[in-house]
Amino acid sequence: MSNIQALTGDGSVANAMRQINPDVVAVYPITPQTEIAQEFASFVSDGLVDTELINVESEHSAMSACVGASASGARVMTATSANGLALMWEIVYIAASMRLPIVMPVVNRALSGPINIHCDHSDCMGARDSGWIQVHSENAQEAYDNTIQAVRIGEQEKVRLPVMVNLDGFILSHGMERVELLDDAEATKFIGELKTQYPLLDVDHPVTYGPLDLYDYYFEHKRQQVEAMENVLEVITSVGEEFGKLTGRKYGIMEKYKLDDAEVAAVALGSTNGTAQAAVDELREEGIRAGLLKLRVFRPFPVKEIVEALSNAKHVAIFDRSISFGGFGGPLFTEIRSAFLGNDKIPATANYIYGLGGRDINVEDIKTVYKNLTSGKSETVNYVNVRE
Amino acid sequence: MRKEKGWKEIPEGGLIVEPGNAREYNTGSWRSSRPIRDEEKCTNCLICWIYCPDSSIIVKDNEIVEIDLEHCKGCGICATECPVKAIKMVPEGEAE
Repeated sequence: MSNIQALTGDGSVANAMRQINPDVVAVYPITPQTEIAQEFASFVSDGLVDTELINVESEHSAMSACVGASASGARVMTATSANGLALMWEIVYIAASMRLPIVMPVVNRALSGPINIHCDHSDCMGARDSGWIQVHSENAQEAYDNTIQAVRIGEQEKVRLPVMVNLDGFILSHGMERVELLDDAEATKFIGELKTQYPLLDVDHPVTYGPLDLYDYYFEHKRQQVEAMENVLEVITSVGEEFGKLTGRKYGIMEKYKLDDAEVAAVALGSTNGTAQAAVDELREEGIRAGLLKLRVFRPFPVKEIVEALSNAKHVAIFDRSISFGGFGGPLFTEIRSAFLGNDKIPATANYIYGLGGRDINVEDIKTVYKNLTSGKSETVNYVNVRE
Repeated sequence: MRKEKGWKEIPEGGLIVEPGNAREYNTGSWRSSRPIRDEEKCTNCLICWIYCPDSSIIVKDNEIVEIDLEHCKGCGICATECPVKAIKMVPEGEAE
């Protein structure tokens, strides 16, 4: 039994949180995440959840409260955006290092400055080496579905890592869509109980979290984090399949759209994939064999799967909604391009940096990218819709 | 020297999952100078025992019997606090 509602992306995430019913949620407002915290706070006030809601004085404190609560053995969530994520930076790494399966929706927004509240991926991309799992959502439905699944993924015994559920600021967070929610009881059953490991509140088995870890063991603990990440893709796939059986919406690491026989392909994260699918449809009508790889999981980076999916394309446009100043293109570009090294078939790749600070990208813009790829008009790194 | 364990053998996340194992950490290897106690001068007032941050002053029947050099970091607090100056810090190279 599903429950169809008109919800914004933030509203859909807040409803996922209501069904997850975390033991502890630490909140601090930041646009465009604020509506998640706001709506969830009303669920707390209305007695719809059992959550201990902690109003903190900053995002650094929000993530610190999450670390403490998660180590104590609680199921814990928070949500943030851009500068909020930047402020919690130190503790973001600590959460992953301590192997605490905190789930955090990140409503993607440009990092200042100049100050900007609109969508790009400069926030989450900065955290790509922090040890968190990072999944992206194309629409409000996926933001809801990803949040529910994130709990299961992060808490798996062979994973035990925190998860960032990314959704594009304003485009998804404030746009209202038709969203199918799970029946509350079904959601509870799917999510299941948290199996704690070494909870601090188990006073009969005292443990120490966060001791000094120098050159003799620190590296071994980092190696363990690598191993946990290596287990993630398999877990994401099995949780996504199980979710599919329950809802009819099966999830994997990526989604291929008309990619199998595509000559020209594109790769993107998040809401741009909706626009790109429309562009692919129109290009196909014009006789251009276009395809799209919608990447759902950025961390861990699915090297093998990406190479397999794109090997048959002649040209690939890689869309980055963030920039690496002084680097060689955006983060998605550099990783995909290097993933192909040593492969038999290597498509020509070009980077398209777009949408910074919420700059729109429309169907025509994306069609132009596909056409430029084959007509030799593309540089290695290109900037979409920026004025000269 | 204890053999250091590999990444598959240790608890995840840098956790210490059993209490009371600071004893296994040989902090004595950090020491650059060693406390030497003059038994003639020592009155067994046990002020050093109170102050020692590493519980390295070993007492039996109200008398100091030894200094635990496996764990003494050589901080010198005992020598500073001793009211009768019965403890002096000697550089490790010069100590026997």
